[in-house]
Amino acid sequence: MRKSSAWGIAAALLALAPLPAAFGQSATTGPTAPAPVSIFGQATFPAKQRPAGNPELVERGQALFGINCKACHGGDLRGGDLGGPNLLRSALVLGDQDGEAIIPVVRQGRPASQGGPPMPALPLPVSDVQAIVEYIHSVLARKQNQGGPPPLEAKPLNILVGNAARGQQYFAGHCRSCHAAEGDLKGIATRAGSAANLQDSWVAGRAVAPPGSTPAPVPTGVKVTLSSGETLQGTLKRIDDFTVSLTLADGQYRSFTRQGPQAVRAVQIEDPLAPHRQLLTRYTDADMHDVTAYLETLK
Amino acid sequence: MSRALPALVGACLVAAAASAAPPPLLPPAQLLQPLQESWPTYTGDYTGARYSALRQLDRTNVAHLSLAWTLRLNAEVRDGKSRNPYAPPSEIITSVGGEGRGDYAIPPPALKGAVLEVEGVLYVTSPDNAWAFDARTGAELWHYFWKTRGGTHIASRGPALWNSSLFFETPDDYLVSLNARTGHENWHVRIADFADEYFSTMAPVVVGNHLLVGTGNDGDAPGFLQSFDPASGALQWKRYMVPMSASDPALKTWPSLDAARHGGGNVWMPGSYDPQTDLYITGTGNPTPGYTGIARPGDNLYTCSLVAVRVATGEIAWYYQTSPHDTHDWDSAQTPILIDGTIGGKPRKLVATAARNGYFFTLDRVTGEHLVTYKYGTTANWSRGIKANGQPDPDPEKSATVPGSLVSPFEGGVTNYQAPAYNPDTGLFYTHESTGFNILYLTDTDPRGSMGLGGKRFAIVGFVDNAFQAIDYRTGKPAWRHVWPGSGGTGTGVLTTAGGLVFTGDTNGNFVAMDAATGALLWHSGIGNLSAPPETYSLDGHQYVLAGVGDVLYAFVLN
Repeated sequence: MRKSSAWGIAAALLALAPLPAAFGQSATTGPTAPAPVSIFGQATFPAKQRPAGNPELVERGQALFGINCKACHGGDLRGGDLGGPNLLRSALVLGDQDGEAIIPVVRQGRPASQGGPPMPALPLPVSDVQAIVEYIHSVLARKQNQGGPPPLEAKPLNILVGNAARGQQYFAGHCRSCHAAEGDLKGIATRAGSAANLQDSWVAGRAVAPPGSTPAPVPTGVKVTLSSGETLQGTLKRIDDFTVSLTLADGQYRSFTRQGPQAVRAVQIEDPLAPHRQLLTRYTDADMHDVTAYLETLK
Repeated sequence: MSRALPALVGACLVAAAASAAPPPLLPPAQLLQPLQESWPTYTGDYTGARYSALRQLDRTNVAHLSLAWTLRLNAEVRDGKSRNPYAPPSEIITSVGGEGRGDYAIPPPALKGAVLEVEGVLYVTSPDNAWAFDARTGAELWHYFWKTRGGTHIASRGPALWNSSLFFETPDDYLVSLNARTGHENWHVRIADFADEYFSTMAPVVVGNHLLVGTGNDGDAPGFLQSFDPASGALQWKRYMVPMSASDPALKTWPSLDAARHGGGNVWMPGSYDPQTDLYITGTGNPTPGYTGIARPGDNLYTCSLVAVRVATGEIAWYYQTSPHDTHDWDSAQTPILIDGTIGGKPRKLVATAARNGYFFTLDRVTGEHLVTYKYGTTANWSRGIKANGQPDPDPEKSATVPGSLVSPFEGGVTNYQAPAYNPDTGLFYTHESTGFNILYLTDTDPRGSMGLGGKRFAIVGFVDNAFQAIDYRTGKPAWRHVWPGSGGTGTGVLTTAGGLVFTGDTNGNFVAMDAATGALLWHSGIGNLSAPPETYSLDGHQYVLAGVGDVLYAFVLN
């Protein structure tokens, strides 16, 4: 009740203000947008196709939104403390072109629906609601693909929840036959740069590499026994049910059939990552977090 | 004489009218027949089994299967002129439709769904494109191009035929009807709100005078199945898969009506149809927001479920939720398979599904009664066990967490869009099995939850041993399991035949034929990783086998 009378006064005052010069700027009157590019599997939906609004109008709309709408709909438009719905997934808002759907709801209000509270009428001048509409569309345009919200402010999350001492014990029991803290793992935490990259890398059994870069693959050894009885050893290039190929120590590439009378007698794979793959089925999340906490001490 | 002439002209006109209206290519009643010479729907027939009665190819001769022809999808709008200097002169008719500007850069065409074969003609779709080809030669007959308004161009799962009309869905949410003989448009209708980020990939399903149409959405929007009149495009009914009103009894599985109305459950793969009960049985997609279940405590019906819908009215006859309160984007949209089988010595009408979450289910398809649950995903680790009603019991610790939870299957699931198959001669259900793990991090700790598929990051950390399974529907246990050498790979859809064969793609770029009873490898061709599931049809006494790899379709026969 108090809120609506306050809005009433604000609206009366604003009604006297002259229209902003940019009033009317919209998708339909703006310059023709370049053709948006649709990338593989990525969304190019109407919210992203809209030309950017006039920055002054958007800024004014943001201020008006903060005054009039934020308490119910949230500062990020994803729903607020007073129970207003998330506007970034509202079919009405998403379907709005130029305020034709949003403006009547803002100015006339809406009865309680979908289990939420009613929307009070905000008798703001159309020009102000238009500015709010421009602001809402500017936020919608920043939504991420696959329906994700606009990117959040970077808020570092602490993934280091494990117990380093328990992690060291786990390491001693499961990892030490192949790895050494003072050997191949020396400085691994420093090389990884972040605890998340460290965890992703060691669980996968790959060398740490800066995030976004591709670490060198760990070579897989193979021993092939030919039909003649001769054996060849090298690095596995490729294997399926029908052929096996390898690179010999001298760099020679060889491939052999695994079918028919010429088939190789045996193929023995020595995959250094096999223990990592088997361990995937055995780690608890606590084991994983503990080992990460331990490895994080190897600066 | 002067009177006979008009009579003759009249007779000619009647003849011309008759030749202008040839018999329909595929009367809908024909779809009630078992799958034999043609391949008229997404899965071949209504059972979803992808089992063909063709037996020219069998265990003894499939080793001699060889190439008949290849064709490459060309999405250029050519107006009769090919831009390929090596191609023969072409008289391809290209029609253009659509309500967009026509100047988007869209992905190159790719085969990711059904190729229909009817009366010697193949019908193929890719996002914004449809084609007809000669099934004997691969020669292009017509091409239709749709000018898109945008949207997620991830796949087209294929067209549907009703009489002489061909239907397909577009990424910007239209259902398009073409004249199947000419490629000219009959009509198009909007099927979903493009602004609300729906995108449409499903192969429509024809049942009598109903055209069943589903859509997809990665955001927070309600999923639904619709039925259209195939003649006019008029909407017959629309069935939401989440509660849309306060009176819906399923609302008690959601925290609020607002959450339910943004709760997902999209219908994006073709289902199966039982003519005896007039039930269309479809899988439904994940609840939304996908990874932050904090926003939607409860089971979230009817997401991640098998839902039996009455085709006449759109009412839900029964449902069974295969993944209560999913928090991993593991849709249960997989095409279910109807099986006339035996459980406990009693003949039963069954439906079976191998879900993306790693669990196999067999139900009574008339009543929805649960009969079998088995964890066919050998590495799946997200459930605390199986509840009394057969549902897996999700372990909340295996949702996305800030320090990361180690989850199998990985995001793509144990299986996904890859079409499974069932062979009544072996009693086995065939499916790919992925054994991936990822670390799933929660990146948005907002107590309101995130939106869509946001709020998480996942790191794929390895595959144990990806495999192909032949599952006994009576127990869910594999009769045999073939591990693909090497690691990784997504696997492909499956075809099985009365010749005792299974066709599928391995994870190393081979199209393979196996003994349906034993899994023994009988033939292979290294054409690349299959992007479309294999199919078969017969023409002129030759059994053809099709496999799609990217934009190339391969046809094999016994030469």
